[in-house]
Amino acid sequence: MLKQQLLGSTAPHIRTKQSTQEIMWSVSLSLTPVLAFSIYHFGLSALYITFISILSCVAVEAICLKLRGKPISAVYDGSAVLTGILLAFNLPPTVPFWLPIIGAMVAIGIAKQAFGGLGYNIFNPAIAGRCFLLTAWPVEMTSWQVHGVTSATPLAIFKEQGMHQLISQFNSVPELYWNLITGTIGGCIGETSAVLLTIGAIYLLYKKIISWHIPVTYIASLFVLGYFFAGKDSFCSGDPFFYIFSGGVFLGAFYMATDMVTSPLTKKGKILFGFGCGLFTFLIRKFGTYPEGVSYSILLMNTATPIIDRYLVPKKFGINKGAAKPNEA
Amino acid sequence: MVTSKNTKTFKGGIHPDLDPYLTGNKEYFKISPPDKVRIPLQQHIGAPAKPLVKVGDTVTVGQKIAESTGFVSANIHASISGKVTAVKKFPVAIFKQSVCIEITADDTDNNLHTPKKQDWQRLTPDELKNRIIEAGIVGMGGATFPTHVKLSPPDTKKIDIIIANGVECEPYLDTDRYTMCNFPHKVVEGLQILMRILNCRRGIIGIESDTPDAIDVMRKTVANLENIEVLALEVKYPQGAEKQLIYAASGREVPSGGLPMDVGAVVNNVATMSAVYDAATTGKPLIERSLTIVGRCIAKSVNITVPIGMLLSDIVSQLGGFVENPSKIIAGGPMMGEVLYSLDIPVTKGTSGFIFQTQDEAVTFSMGPCIRCGRCVDICPMRICPAQIAQAIEFGNFELAKKLGLADCIKCGSCTYVCPANRELVQLIKFADQQLKKKKGL
Repeated sequence: MLKQQLLGSTAPHIRTKQSTQEIMWSVSLSLTPVLAFSIYHFGLSALYITFISILSCVAVEAICLKLRGKPISAVYDGSAVLTGILLAFNLPPTVPFWLPIIGAMVAIGIAKQAFGGLGYNIFNPAIAGRCFLLTAWPVEMTSWQVHGVTSATPLAIFKEQGMHQLISQFNSVPELYWNLITGTIGGCIGETSAVLLTIGAIYLLYKKIISWHIPVTYIASLFVLGYFFAGKDSFCSGDPFFYIFSGGVFLGAFYMATDMVTSPLTKKGKILFGFGCGLFTFLIRKFGTYPEGVSYSILLMNTATPIIDRYLVPKKFGINKGAAKPNEA
Repeated sequence: MVTSKNTKTFKGGIHPDLDPYLTGNKEYFKISPPDKVRIPLQQHIGAPAKPLVKVGDTVTVGQKIAESTGFVSANIHASISGKVTAVKKFPVAIFKQSVCIEITADDTDNNLHTPKKQDWQRLTPDELKNRIIEAGIVGMGGATFPTHVKLSPPDTKKIDIIIANGVECEPYLDTDRYTMCNFPHKVVEGLQILMRILNCRRGIIGIESDTPDAIDVMRKTVANLENIEVLALEVKYPQGAEKQLIYAASGREVPSGGLPMDVGAVVNNVATMSAVYDAATTGKPLIERSLTIVGRCIAKSVNITVPIGMLLSDIVSQLGGFVENPSKIIAGGPMMGEVLYSLDIPVTKGTSGFIFQTQDEAVTFSMGPCIRCGRCVDICPMRICPAQIAQAIEFGNFELAKKLGLADCIKCGSCTYVCPANRELVQLIKFADQQLKKKKGL
């Protein structure tokens, strides 16, 4: 009755359709509006830098896989492309062309492949790459231009000259907010447009690729801390909206901190992770020499992920308070 | 109409993407008795039964052909009349062989003659329990735990709730709905019999809300009974798992490492209830069961009732064979079922269905690295971390795996289902379980 041999495998015999590849490509897809905006806002250099970054990340990934004796087809999982996009999005649009190439070597070569490749890295590769570049080439990494005109980031102005100077530069508070939300300000390629980043994130939330736990706690804790402590004058004089819409908070909260590999497994852990990111971002912005603190805060929390995973695990079924003891009636 | 608002459920679990062609109610198809059955001596959890017949003996349907060899064991009866043609090892599942009693039909009367129906309410709890033992009844949802063991809790455990499991244990299967819609009185009275045996005042029939016809029929049947309630549950896998069902129906959590009786609950499948009713009223042994045959490559997807021991090949040929070559044949459901490598496999007391997958459906997967998305943790109905446990097992660290809750796993397969990297999470857990059992045995 049977004309061919049967397949054997253990249960389950049906699987979800969403694969690692789909997750990676969906995240990349959700970032295309942001890329389109940054090309419009910063000019074609944004596209070149992104393109070079993606290409070098994929190349470094392929070379490392070859050296490690792994199938090179693994580059199709899309994770290297995504790292390339995120690395570029964390660079100023005016950086020299070789900077993203070096960034890719650090991001993919050291932060990812040296640790064992996809799934085994401790640090978010794109952020590790960016932080290396920021330390090694601080001038190139902090020169901001919009259409050829040098323009410091709002956070830098706020840090060095204060809120009054910032408001006067943008004429009024609503205008400042408008520019911050739409992204028509100085900054890295992909970090300025809060509204487009949010739209991309809503798509990812809808597809259940990211969960709300990290971004919401991250942004909320920064909002609260900013309101209470960020003001120069006194307690509770901070501008929380400015605090969350400036710098790389939205890119960091929705796309970098939510990196699955380097964030905790459990919901509780994710909430703590998001809060920690918010806290460190605030501390660096308030007390550090850098006006921005998103990258370092996420990197710091990456190191905390293993210990969070160890202690913040769900309570097993059957050991809740309500449950009877096995030996009791 | 049942809405999803007022339905109860457990925490975690999945809503698998199902093939709409294979879900839903199936027609009933009448199977005629086969010429040959192969009845395994081990169809239950516990010790295998001891054969009472030898090759050449003539047996009649319903005759006890193997007897229970301990407390956790069960009697086995002939499901057709005929001659015993073999008592030897046959394949019963993949990589598994079990001693079977093969009966070849002759022209003797193949109808079961049971004594006149008796009113079970006149029997004492002990008499009722003895009838269940005599009839060889085991859990028919798939776990095949001998029913009388569940009915003999130690004196310190007071059972105050009995749950009839009308939740299809897996997607695509349709036998519980078939049993409830066609034999609602047997299910309810079977439940009442168990309540009498355990001196328990409360019964619950749990049914998922995607089978509204079964809920309606059961609600009508229990309309005049005060102490039995029909509960509509949310459609979610693994709702039919014992611990999850108890939680959904009563809010009680069976303690880690404990048994349902630790929270005063006993769960039995509705088909088991129906078999209990038959055994208590007429003494009819467990010699047949209903099951679902489903697949795109088979001529008909149907519910059938067949004698225990009937070979799958006979069932398939009565149904009209295959319309396309099957690539994978699964005994049980798509989430926990075992694959078969041959059609010469008998139906046992625990077989709830057979699934036939085509080449397109029976995809193979290559395992990728864990990207730590945490989905397996979010959906685990036992709230353990499959990703971490699987990783510990991969590194050979079984002690760590045990510490992380290896023993709590119910092997429902939800983690492997949701894993985007196609990691064989539940498979690794099963592997570690086997290795640890082996170690203990040495």
